[in-house]
Amino acid sequence: MTVTAVRKDPKALTMTTTAEFDASPERVWQLWADPRQLERWWGPPTYPATFTAHDLAPGSRVEYHMTGPEGDQPRAYWDILEAEAPRSIVFRDGFANDDGTPNTDLPGTETRVRITDIGDGRTRMSIDSTFPSAEAMEQLLAMGMEEGLTQAVGQIDAILAEAVRSA
Amino acid sequence: MQVETGHALLTHRTYNRMVVSMQLTPDIDRVFGALADATRRDIVRRAIDGEEGVAELAGHYPMSFAAVQKHVAVLERAGLVSKQRIGRRKVVRTNGHGLAVARRLLDRYEELWRGRVDRMTALVTETKETDA
Repeated sequence: MTVTAVRKDPKALTMTTTAEFDASPERVWQLWADPRQLERWWGPPTYPATFTAHDLAPGSRVEYHMTGPEGDQPRAYWDILEAEAPRSIVFRDGFANDDGTPNTDLPGTETRVRITDIGDGRTRMSIDSTFPSAEAMEQLLAMGMEEGLTQAVGQIDAILAEAVRSA
Repeated sequence: MQVETGHALLTHRTYNRMVVSMQLTPDIDRVFGALADATRRDIVRRAIDGEEGVAELAGHYPMSFAAVQKHVAVLERAGLVSKQRIGRRKVVRTNGHGLAVARRLLDRYEELWRGRVDRMTALVTETKETDA
């Protein structure tokens, strides 16, 4: 298991995931900085992501869409708030309308990525996710929105992976 | 009432696929089942304010009181709304100040990130083998 810890705080509406990799901080940074690599892990296999605009400079907007098994293509974006290679990225994740403009009706999440060298050629990555409000989370679920669905699909993948491991 | 054909389709498809391909925990199944309907999603949204009873809610939809009551019952079983007494009135309210919902959402978010980290690890391992 490379995920070393997950802390969830439903009251503060935050989640922190910590993972360790047998690789350098530069290598882990590339997973975020190279859109072709990003595409291979951001979406689950059943909902792969395609990044159509990708610049991690603060103030930039990263644009992508997912492609569902039935050809549906929900669009989304990140607004990059901070970035410092190869150490940190902070972005606000939101959903977009069909024409690519941000969908302001749907709440977004703020994600803070930190990449730290922990020696012996290993790197720790921590992901802090903050949801805007309990109401927004309720709305998120009420909308049955893409991110929720993606999570559900991600869960299926996790269960499948678990089944393969224990087989 | 808002029409969200795209969302509804997406929800239905994914939910159906989930049900067919994998028995998820009953809790999540029930939540997704409850939310796989545009009227029920609309009820959850309206009930965030917690000001309307079933009769008032029914006024928003072109269907019978009994049909709306059934929708509310499905949402209640999924733990998404509950009926609360305010004076003489009984209102439908979206649950738990979001805490129960928040917990469920965070659980799914955790799975999402675990999946991502697994894929990142596979990618890092793969490039290492190519370099070697």
